[in-house]
Amino acid sequence: MSKEPVAVIGIGQTKHVAARRDVSIAGLVREAAQRALEDAELTWADIDAVVIGKAPDFFEGVMMPELYLADALGAVGKPMLRVHTAGSVGGSTALVAANLVAARVHGTVLTLAFEKQSESNAMWGLSLPIPFQQPLLAGAGGFFAPHVRAYMRRSGAPDTVGSLVAYKDRRNALKNPYAHLHEHDITLEKVQASPMLWDPIRYSETCPSSDGACAMVLTNRAGAARAPRPPAWMLGGAMRSEPTLFAGKDAVSPQAGKDCAADVYRQAGIADPRREIDAVEMYVPFSWYEPMWLENLGFAAEGEGWKLTEAGVTELDGDLPVNMSGGVLSTNPIGASGMIRFAEAALQVRGQAGEHQVDGARKALGHAYGGGSQFFSMWLVGAEPPDA
Amino acid sequence: MPEVLKAPLTVEFPFTRSLGPVQSAFLTGLRERVVLGVRTGHGRTLVPPVEYDPVTAEEIHDLVEVAPTGTVTTWAWNHAPRRDQPLDTPFAWVLVRLDGADTALLHALDAPGPDAVHTGMRVRIRWAEERSGAITDIACFEPHDGDPVQAAGHSGVFTNPVTGIVAPARLDYTYSPGRAQTAYINALAEHRNVGERCPSCRKVYVPPRGACPTCGLATVEQVEVGPHGTVTTFCIVNIKAKNLDIEVPYVYAHIALDGAGLALHGRIGGIPYDQVRMGLRVEPVWTEGARYPDHYRPTGEADADYDTYRELL
Repeated sequence: MSKEPVAVIGIGQTKHVAARRDVSIAGLVREAAQRALEDAELTWADIDAVVIGKAPDFFEGVMMPELYLADALGAVGKPMLRVHTAGSVGGSTALVAANLVAARVHGTVLTLAFEKQSESNAMWGLSLPIPFQQPLLAGAGGFFAPHVRAYMRRSGAPDTVGSLVAYKDRRNALKNPYAHLHEHDITLEKVQASPMLWDPIRYSETCPSSDGACAMVLTNRAGAARAPRPPAWMLGGAMRSEPTLFAGKDAVSPQAGKDCAADVYRQAGIADPRREIDAVEMYVPFSWYEPMWLENLGFAAEGEGWKLTEAGVTELDGDLPVNMSGGVLSTNPIGASGMIRFAEAALQVRGQAGEHQVDGARKALGHAYGGGSQFFSMWLVGAEPPDA
Repeated sequence: MPEVLKAPLTVEFPFTRSLGPVQSAFLTGLRERVVLGVRTGHGRTLVPPVEYDPVTAEEIHDLVEVAPTGTVTTWAWNHAPRRDQPLDTPFAWVLVRLDGADTALLHALDAPGPDAVHTGMRVRIRWAEERSGAITDIACFEPHDGDPVQAAGHSGVFTNPVTGIVAPARLDYTYSPGRAQTAYINALAEHRNVGERCPSCRKVYVPPRGACPTCGLATVEQVEVGPHGTVTTFCIVNIKAKNLDIEVPYVYAHIALDGAGLALHGRIGGIPYDQVRMGLRVEPVWTEGARYPDHYRPTGEADADYDTYRELL
């Protein structure tokens, strides 16, 4: 029996900011979920199950927050699942929810991911003083910066490429009312003049720390037929994992990322992603990851990704827009960041992206990764339902 | 086999909580010796209050005051109180349904012993002398043999409400790095880097993990690697990390020790930071009493060819 087609019919997110001191965690997730329901013109009673994701419990210090959030998400008396795959969790959470619909376990599923980074310190949560182990000498950016240098060595990319990405994403964020950073006076010169924190990564090429939540309502073919606005159809979705460190790991272009993308393209019948996909929202916490992921995801040959960035191909009005929302570089509630990527891809093919809409976007890729390039999750969504 | 290492690991952090409107009113009320519940759409009064109706999922904010007296609905005796528990002498954990409430609140009951506690017993709040807007503003419950105390009908509106709290959390573990890392750490004490080779792919893991994550096989064959190695990639750290007493800028590098199947991480010294490069040949520098090399310094050998370490970035 074939899979049930899965449609995104509701999307909601909070205005992402550094600290939402006016709401509890319950209030934060409620706001995104309510907006997703309103978009779908559904009520809590229409939801059959809830799938929620967030990054490690240590990030807010609430153990198993899904238990306490059941009331806020209308999950009492319904199945509720928690997904956890580090920074990629927002994507994985959406895929678990989508699979429940595809398998005809549930008809309509609410999926949501969140982080309230202001209630703790993510860097602390990731660097516990484990006995006998050598402490990480560098902080979050320091962990990733050597991989960026390795990419630059391998590809021969000029050292300005990272600043081009940051400048683009911060300008895109100005068109997205939900983005955290709205740097109205941003210029390329300012990005390039910002302090070098972990050489080769500059301050303006790093992501902020945000409070925020993102929710989506996923449904089956019958639910999509009743939806008040155009749905986004899932054409392919996949997850892959590999260890953070192992002999033979390619941190610049991890095998798990390549395999994950290949699986998505196979499901969606994509032979040439560069030509067949109209827009890409990928997880870029440090600017250089744009060219790295362009290669990893098959949009450019190895060593060539930076040329797309440099040529303006990934600009909002370019031939392959990347991170139309402003990306993780402009908004980073860690647990929600993956789902925001997935939601942005869906917004684009629904034609609902507002000022950051890519004209005529019919197929869009949402991408998330996490845990030191350990987890990958991706989906491809389209304006048309999958072939029966 | 030598004894496996163990050490205590304490994880603690002062998490902050933004309360939102309902919890803000509840905790501010405790500061003012007022207990507030919230009324649901079905007319039930929930104490402690919640923001969303557990039955209908509707947002609820109709606050009602309940009495400081109530009835124990169930309990468990705590023979040996732990640090930061409400009382430092043995006490009962109780669920108390306050008069006027439909649900029960978890707290401590001060009683001389388990024989003095029973389900259905009447209790009242003993308020803390100093109150800040926290659940600990209720010091505990105590037996009550008088009449129910009437709630005054507080509106739930306060001046200077509490909007956030600090919730310190602490977890105490006994950590063990396991058999393979114990052997590695013991060898480090002799300034030797001893990894383990996978019987299938032949890669040498340093530090060893006891298994090869690629092949899924246990590793037992010990192999000494280094002490020289190659800087495979690096970054220059320009901002001081918390708890690290290292002057910036400094170089944080991936170092592939000769014979190792993957790079480990370390600081590069003995060379100006802006002269460090990929391929630089280095050796460890030990300081007295340290478990790990303090840093790695250039050996003076010619730089390694990129092709010799391109798989080890």
